[in-house]
Amino acid sequence: MNPKLLSDVAYLTSAILFIVGLKFLSHPRSARRGNQLAAIGMALAVVASLIFIWGGGHIEHGSDAGILIIVGILIGGVAGTIGARRVAITEMPQMVALLNGCGGGAAALISVVEYSRYMHAGESVDALGFGATLFGLIIGSLSFWGSLVAFGKLSGFMEKAITSTFQKLLTGAIFLGLITTLVWIGMGGGMNAFHLLIVLSFFFAILMVVPIGGADMPVVISLLNSFTGLAVAATGFSLREPALIISGTLVGASGTLLTLLMCKAMNRSITNVLFAGVGSGAVAASGGGAAGGAPKNVREISLEDTAVLLANVSSVVIVPGYGMAVAQAQHAARELADMLAKQGVEVKYAIHPVAGRMPGHMNVLLAEANVPYEQLFDLEQINPEFERTDVVLVVGANDVVNPAARHDKTSPIYGMPILDVDKAKHVIIIKRSLKPGFAGIDNELYYDPKTMMLFGDAKGVLSKLVEELKTQAA
Amino acid sequence: MSEGTLILYAIYIFVLAVFVGFEVISKVPVQLHTPLMSGTNAIHGIVMLGGMLVLAQAHDLALLKWIGFAAVVLGSANLFGGFVVTDRMLEMFKSKKSGGRKS
Repeated sequence: MNPKLLSDVAYLTSAILFIVGLKFLSHPRSARRGNQLAAIGMALAVVASLIFIWGGGHIEHGSDAGILIIVGILIGGVAGTIGARRVAITEMPQMVALLNGCGGGAAALISVVEYSRYMHAGESVDALGFGATLFGLIIGSLSFWGSLVAFGKLSGFMEKAITSTFQKLLTGAIFLGLITTLVWIGMGGGMNAFHLLIVLSFFFAILMVVPIGGADMPVVISLLNSFTGLAVAATGFSLREPALIISGTLVGASGTLLTLLMCKAMNRSITNVLFAGVGSGAVAASGGGAAGGAPKNVREISLEDTAVLLANVSSVVIVPGYGMAVAQAQHAARELADMLAKQGVEVKYAIHPVAGRMPGHMNVLLAEANVPYEQLFDLEQINPEFERTDVVLVVGANDVVNPAARHDKTSPIYGMPILDVDKAKHVIIIKRSLKPGFAGIDNELYYDPKTMMLFGDAKGVLSKLVEELKTQAA
Repeated sequence: MSEGTLILYAIYIFVLAVFVGFEVISKVPVQLHTPLMSGTNAIHGIVMLGGMLVLAQAHDLALLKWIGFAAVVLGSANLFGGFVVTDRMLEMFKSKKSGGRKS
């Protein structure tokens, strides 16, 4: 059988496996199998491609390209696998950003090679392939540099949103520069114009992502993920490789939809996320100022009093947030819940769709701690129940329980659906300090008369609560 | 097949893939948003194949060969890392009885 036909059949099979895999990935029961199916599809595509390249005589005798391919796959594969295995659960969002950047970078590099080949060999090019190469470079670079910035922001560097009129003007100017350079290339600008395009793409990416606040990074990563998909599809067009077109487009389309779903969960539009600079110092000050009218007294509660209170009520709702993830307190939280359940207290977890750093972050963490599905409740399910809840235990969550989102039009999170924990009889907030959350805004819930602060590290506090309950029960 | 027909086929594939991409994830529960993002991230690791192709073809130009090599390395990291990270996320969704690992 000829290698070309063989590899084409394999590509078709792997495309089907990708689609079925994605379908499976969108259901909890089959999700893991979905990922495995997609991985099998990928293995098939890689083997087919190796056969095609070797069998099809694409490597000349005496060329070291074949060895380089194998070495390259090994280096990247080992680095990627080790990184992915070692990364802490809390740092998975950064990891996805980094891996996405790798994909975008690869697409951009392929476009560089393709463009250079067009120039050197003077091959006759079709307009579609040529345009796709340029598109692949710009979008691939945007993904690469943008993902690196997102990675930096999630790792705690330059978390804040930075916006200024100057920055907006500069971004606009660079965008115009990109368009002009594209026209120049179209008119035969050659390598010089192409180099300029590479530089401008870099600055454009940096200026697009740096102004966005750290809290919005999940949406940005998701958007950049779909961009990488489109960049890969573009390289598919320039290389005439249907496997890349199909897979890249699948990711581009589903990634775009996923990004919109994430924005919807925050009740924001994608343009608001990208251009409003939510979480910048200026916006934070105005948000804080509006809440500043109320007297800023906080009530503290001791560990012992908390334990007594918890043991003597009938319903407790735990609201986990990023603080719980950072403190790795999910196991302690489950122990506390089990302990309370043993004493006849009804325990539920309220999961805000964007709690943590990525949608579903909390579900992943609590699942890791073996919290049963049935105890997890999402926003719509749990909100009507807060009125009947005795105690809400907020563990490292902040913006998702800020009542300002309901009534304060000046607040940057105004309009975001929140967990109405202030409707419960008591609210206990476990927190290290009164520092504002990731969005950089103050939380008026802390000053609510029925709120009590329990200061300390989430894991330490929860474990001590478990101990305290044990001694009290004994 | 003529050049024009080939290009048209490529566009067919693109358009149909857009529809499939939208359709296939239209109903996803929120807790699967992150694993799904990660899973699609792994799928675009297929860009590695493009890197392999340009590396194989860029025989006479040393610089281009190394750029192609870098593309293979990056694509491979995306591909392997993507699937492993997604699997680790989904591993934690196991039902209670099977028992997860302690961190």
